[in-house]
Amino acid sequence: MTKPLLEVRDLRVEFPTRRGTLTAVDGVSFAIAPGEVLGVVGESGAGKSLTGAAIIGLLEPPGRIAAGEILLDGVRIDNLPHDAMRRIRGRRIGAIFQDPLTSLDPLYSVGRQIIETIRTHLDLGDAAARRRAIELLGEVGIPAAGQRIDHYPHQFSGGMRQRVVIALAICAQPQLVIADEPTTALDVSIQAQIIALLRRLGRDHGTAVMLVTHDMGVIAETADRVAVMYAGRIVEIGPVAGVIRAPKHPYTAGLMGSIPSVVDDRERLVQIDGTMPRLTAIPPGCAFHPRCPHVFDRCRRERPELLDAGATRAACWLHAPGAREPSLGSRSTKVGS
Amino acid sequence: MAGRLADALRDSWDSDLAWSFRHSPYAMVAAIVFIACVGTAALAPWVAPHNPFDLARLDLSNSLKPPMWIAGGDPSYPLGTDDQGRDILSTIFFGARISLEVGIAAVLFSMGLGVALGLLAGYVGGKTDAFIMRVADVQLSFPAILIALLIDGVARAVFPGAHDSMAFWVLVLSIGVSGWVQYARTVRGSTMVEKNKEYVQAARLFGIHPLAIMVRHVLPNVLGPVLVIATIHIATAIITEATLSFLGVGVPATEPSLGTLIRIGNDFMFSGEWWVTLFPGLALVIMVLAINLLGDWLRDALNPRLR
Amino acid sequence: MIRRLLQAIVVMLVVAFVAFSLFQYVGDPVQLMMGQFATPADRIRLTHELGLDQPFYVQFFHFVVNALHGQFGVSLRIGKPVSVLLAQRLPATLELSICAALLALAVGIPAGVYAGLRPNSWLARTAMSASLVGVSLPTFLIGILLILVFAVKLGWLPAFGRGDVVHLGGWSTGLLTRTGLESLIMPTITLGLFQLTLIMRLVRSEMLEVLRADYIKFARARGLSDRAVNFGHALRNTLVPVITITGLQLGSIIAFSIITEQVFQWPGMGLLFVQAVSYADIPVMAAYLCLIALVFVVINLIVDLLYFVVDPRLRVDRPGAAGH
Repeated sequence: MTKPLLEVRDLRVEFPTRRGTLTAVDGVSFAIAPGEVLGVVGESGAGKSLTGAAIIGLLEPPGRIAAGEILLDGVRIDNLPHDAMRRIRGRRIGAIFQDPLTSLDPLYSVGRQIIETIRTHLDLGDAAARRRAIELLGEVGIPAAGQRIDHYPHQFSGGMRQRVVIALAICAQPQLVIADEPTTALDVSIQAQIIALLRRLGRDHGTAVMLVTHDMGVIAETADRVAVMYAGRIVEIGPVAGVIRAPKHPYTAGLMGSIPSVVDDRERLVQIDGTMPRLTAIPPGCAFHPRCPHVFDRCRRERPELLDAGATRAACWLHAPGAREPSLGSRSTKVGS
Repeated sequence: MAGRLADALRDSWDSDLAWSFRHSPYAMVAAIVFIACVGTAALAPWVAPHNPFDLARLDLSNSLKPPMWIAGGDPSYPLGTDDQGRDILSTIFFGARISLEVGIAAVLFSMGLGVALGLLAGYVGGKTDAFIMRVADVQLSFPAILIALLIDGVARAVFPGAHDSMAFWVLVLSIGVSGWVQYARTVRGSTMVEKNKEYVQAARLFGIHPLAIMVRHVLPNVLGPVLVIATIHIATAIITEATLSFLGVGVPATEPSLGTLIRIGNDFMFSGEWWVTLFPGLALVIMVLAINLLGDWLRDALNPRLR
Repeated sequence: MIRRLLQAIVVMLVVAFVAFSLFQYVGDPVQLMMGQFATPADRIRLTHELGLDQPFYVQFFHFVVNALHGQFGVSLRIGKPVSVLLAQRLPATLELSICAALLALAVGIPAGVYAGLRPNSWLARTAMSASLVGVSLPTFLIGILLILVFAVKLGWLPAFGRGDVVHLGGWSTGLLTRTGLESLIMPTITLGLFQLTLIMRLVRSEMLEVLRADYIKFARARGLSDRAVNFGHALRNTLVPVITITGLQLGSIIAFSIITEQVFQWPGMGLLFVQAVSYADIPVMAAYLCLIALVFVVINLIVDLLYFVVDPRLRVDRPGAAGH
């Protein structure tokens, strides 16, 4: 593997509350290579968005990084002073948030917001920044960019606004873009366009993307590798083809079962029994064991670390040396109600 | 049974509201002060050292005595006396009683009016709603004190002689009538949300009038916000009453509220008898501050996001 | 904008109607003007002269026309035309109100911004606690306490009145003399303090609300400097709601000046109004009501205009809304 662009080691994010400390992200480690698209998938509350926020140093208080390291190009960035971290945001790590309708300041024209960002990070004059802003708007697929640049956010449709947001995220040519549910708030037809745009931009500029989503379908289309999160931990990580064709963790298998397949015309979708535990009540052992169709004794007692399982790594005792060989074909997972 | 009660008590002690109460020193102090104010006001005839309104017991030779810690003071009049020899401490107790009565009565009036109009506007919708909310907008742009003054002035013109005997109710009406808007807006919003829910539609099938069902379901929903509004509103109403009385259009001087006392004392300030006005003023501020602190805390506790 | 103007006119008509009803149904103007010894023939003649025998809507029309000309009749208490009385006292009230408004805005907005940006700093906490005391202090009590300390005990400032005034045309100003300015200090603080605390609390809570917004989070994620995020984006967005409420508050300053004028015996319109209420002097009450309503309506219109300046969502129509 090439030298990673971003490396997260044993990240732990905690929220102190009056009823004790909640651990929202627990021992998460992964790496992203330059130009790579890493999908991070999981249900809401699994800790995926918080992982993204922790990387760009924008955890909302009282949330905090309690342990672990985050390295960008081999340099730790999780303990940088406020202003140094600010210079990394936007310049080296861009970010895209879920809701394009509310991500733009309604009182400024989109051009002004782009120019403001460019001039914060790059040594460009006003006119040069404006030219670049028009170029960028064109590049993200906004027609008549030269006129649209002076329009205000409310004059753009949702999909167009998300394109503006993407232009803002990449306007200082960051090496990594963290995209947190970039398509969730959009119409299905526009989702596909935005995903295609993200993929194209990543390829054209060699930008790595950390794509946070709960939608396996988006991951399957876009990502090179995928990390599956459950209750604050990564339960499976590996190349997207491997994870999707042969999921090694029962939870991933369940997730796969819940995507409608175009080829397979069976009506009923496979579901996973139950819901993800609340952070206040994470079960001992493997956090997934109460919902797991393959649960056995060890799962209830010990928490599994990531173990090699063929092409991917999965945190599941089924893959411990000596365990019986599992068969996790997605259709064989216990069907939920 | 006793165990169940103990559990219930422990649960309520452990609830979020109680937790935030126990961890807010301001709220605890404010609650104690407020309970003390209400207690002394309610029990004024029994706890006050003198009866300031018993004319037979007043002695003009006791007039304008300074507080007991100043030379010339008399320990039986701890905060001094006014020009008619009335004990300031006792007049404060009785004055607070009247201030609280007017304040609470005005708030109850506003609340009743506001909740009813809010329910009506939210439930009926259409033109009724538009009309009520327009009136609310217009009214909101006029300060409460101006509306109260106007109503009072009109009442004086309409019933030239009978004003004093009705002063209390005129005052409650004039203070209360300007406060309904906030209640109405809150209740209206909640009503509009509930109106379209299925159980309301279903109620019709069971032959229950939807309005009856809504009242039962909407009221619990708006209880929190209404309580917050009402708490802060009591403070505002007391201030408005004091202001009107200070301006000389409030309760008659024979039954002075705190505002009346301050107005009476104001005349003695320049001759050096500052205690006649200062102590009623302090009492008013302490009472209002306690209520405001409670209201502030309640708002934070019920809605932590809206700090 | 046209719609807002129409609304304003409707509001003014409603207020005029209330004022008219005061005239009409509260007390008997004929009785009031002629006293008890009038003959029935006199009464009929006066009723006719006053137009009181005409249909209701004609009378209302005359009332509105007269009001537009500033004619509200004669004060029952003083016996002079109401318009003259009000005009004499308008400058005093306006000078006091404008100074108080400036004080409230100049201190309230920066204090609120600071308390919103650093909600946990001791200075912000102190300011918030102090503001709660400020909200709990009735205006008249602030005035009394100020008089007690600075006029009675220390003797630094005059306790009442306007000091020496200079007449410039029809306008009397206290801003040009030493005693005039000294007299202005305490009333300004008294009148401004309550509005100041309200504005500060409002700006703070709006600021906290806006700082949680997605576009602020995104502005931070773009790496903008704290200054740009806090002042360029957060403060500007805070201004939209703040302008509305501040506008209304400033309007109410003129109404609240009633109390301050009473405490300091400030010879303004408010003092006149309080005396009118005590004597049931209906013409003065009606005229004051209309004047205050006019002030509110004008302020509302200015607020609407400011909106157009601040918020592009109102300024531009939406040609691109369909631009998929």
